Amino acid sequence: MLSLVETLGTATDPMALEASNVFLTFFVFVIASLLGFELINKVPPTLHTPLMSGSNAISGITVVGALLCAKAGEGIFSQVLAFLAIVFAMVNVVGGYMVTDRMLASFKKKAK
Amino acid sequence: MDYLYLLATLLFVFGIKNLTSVKTCLRGNKLSQLGMLVAIATTLVVMTDISWPIVAGGVLLGAAIGAVIAKRTPTTSMPEMVAALNGLGGVASAFVAMADLLQSDVMKKDGVSLWQTGAIHALSTPIAILIGMLTLTGSFVAYFKLSGRKLAHPVKGSARHALHALLGIGLIACASWQILATDGAELTISTVAVALIASILGVFLVLPIGGADMPVVVSLLNSYSGIAGAASGFVIQNPLLIVVGALVGTSGLILTQIMCKAMNRSLGNVLLGGMGEESVAKDAKDYKSTKAATPEEVAMLLEGASSVVMVPGYGLAVAQAQHTLRELGELLQKRGATVRYAIHPVAGRMPGHMNVLLAESDVPYDQLWEMERINSDFKNTDVVIVVGANDVVNPAAREATGPIAGMPILDVDQARTVVVIKRSLAPGYAGIKNPLFELPNTLMVFLDAKEALEGMVKEVKELGR
Repeated sequence: MLSLVETLGTATDPMALEASNVFLTFFVFVIASLLGFELINKVPPTLHTPLMSGSNAISGITVVGALLCAKAGEGIFSQVLAFLAIVFAMVNVVGGYMVTDRMLASFKKKAK
Repeated sequence: MDYLYLLATLLFVFGIKNLTSVKTCLRGNKLSQLGMLVAIATTLVVMTDISWPIVAGGVLLGAAIGAVIAKRTPTTSMPEMVAALNGLGGVASAFVAMADLLQSDVMKKDGVSLWQTGAIHALSTPIAILIGMLTLTGSFVAYFKLSGRKLAHPVKGSARHALHALLGIGLIACASWQILATDGAELTISTVAVALIASILGVFLVLPIGGADMPVVVSLLNSYSGIAGAASGFVIQNPLLIVVGALVGTSGLILTQIMCKAMNRSLGNVLLGGMGEESVAKDAKDYKSTKAATPEEVAMLLEGASSVVMVPGYGLAVAQAQHTLRELGELLQKRGATVRYAIHPVAGRMPGHMNVLLAESDVPYDQLWEMERINSDFKNTDVVIVVGANDVVNPAAREATGPIAGMPILDVDQARTVVVIKRSLAPGYAGIKNPLFELPNTLMVFLDAKEALEGMVKEVKELGR
């Protein structure tokens, strides 16, 4: 799935693989942080709670990581951890989005 | 498949962007939901060695629990719920890092340490576990505090800072051990130690923070859950997690900063517990002259008022009186009065909490006025009704010293008459006396918000006959 990372790290040695994309992943992280900073620079106070709740739901993106850990044939502990991680992240995603929708729907009705 | 991840990332970016404007917010949330769907579907399609029972069971169970919680939570309890969901997101990231560690060669083969996999990968493992677990326990302490439970830190004074410092040092030591450990047993013990110490630290760090500062804490923890996600993204080398985690991390930080500004407090101040729960001022209940009034008397006052401003606070939410307040507002408006609602940025337990609450009870959007817009208008206002708010209307904030000195407030004391609906003279979250209650133009209605407002609605209707 990570052909981007894999192509960059075609080196045979695991350490070399890491070294070749250390800077790239960190670079992406820094740029994404700056983007987030600029994205929500100005928000009307009305939307603070929905924004907090909405971005909280987005932080459930870690569910992708949890899914990737749910591999067949791994040890029982790692499977239990992966299962719990999926459950918790899904609660975060579904609960967060539904509550945000509920809040925004009540705005929409009146904002017309 | 990278392109689908890129698409998901873009959907999140535009989703967040659209969430920052009232016109587009609903679309924004839909975009971000679509992004999540694309991200999850892509992951399931590209995974080759997937364990379907775990994935299907986990996804269905989690989605069901999330849906039930979301349906059942009343608007008044949303701040707590956001805190709890945050904690779950954090612990999920920590578990991802741990599961990946269990599956890695570092755990399976002796003689290999995390450090040998490269610095970023090695560091991100303990960081994801640490921040994830700290977010979990901190969020749940915030959850309990927001649900109104009084929790105090067991250790007081300078011993507390020493304890926190000790835990911090222990955490760094265990994390270093985890990074350098070469055999499976050592790695397991050090990983569990990092998780445990971080959990304890999360509890201790949030415990001393006063209830008034909880919005800042929830917002900061929201940021942490993003950072934990990004760290777990570094662990499993997934750019989607890194980018999206970073986006959420910074959004939480910005919100935190906005809230700190609204309360005129620095983040460091909040986190070091400058305004603790235990710091209730001795004279907080020491009131000399307050005038009490009944709902009937207030109704007569409202009868002659041509401009009325409602100032809602958390007490309104607790009493579930938002619908009654809206009813009173509509009634007065029908009688020809101008009715507005003054919203302090940090009224309630989260910024914007009052907006959500009032919008849900069908208060027209254009009647909600923000603090900066309405403050200059209070001197032309006949009656201000303060419902369950305290610190945000406390004139003590204008003084040079004191726990809330410098915090922007709603200048309700400039109105001709101020009616304060409050069950007792008990101090607000800041734990200090409110001189507003002693002013000659202030009337106190010592009733539950719902009871008082229902009484006023009834009396205003009677008078109108």
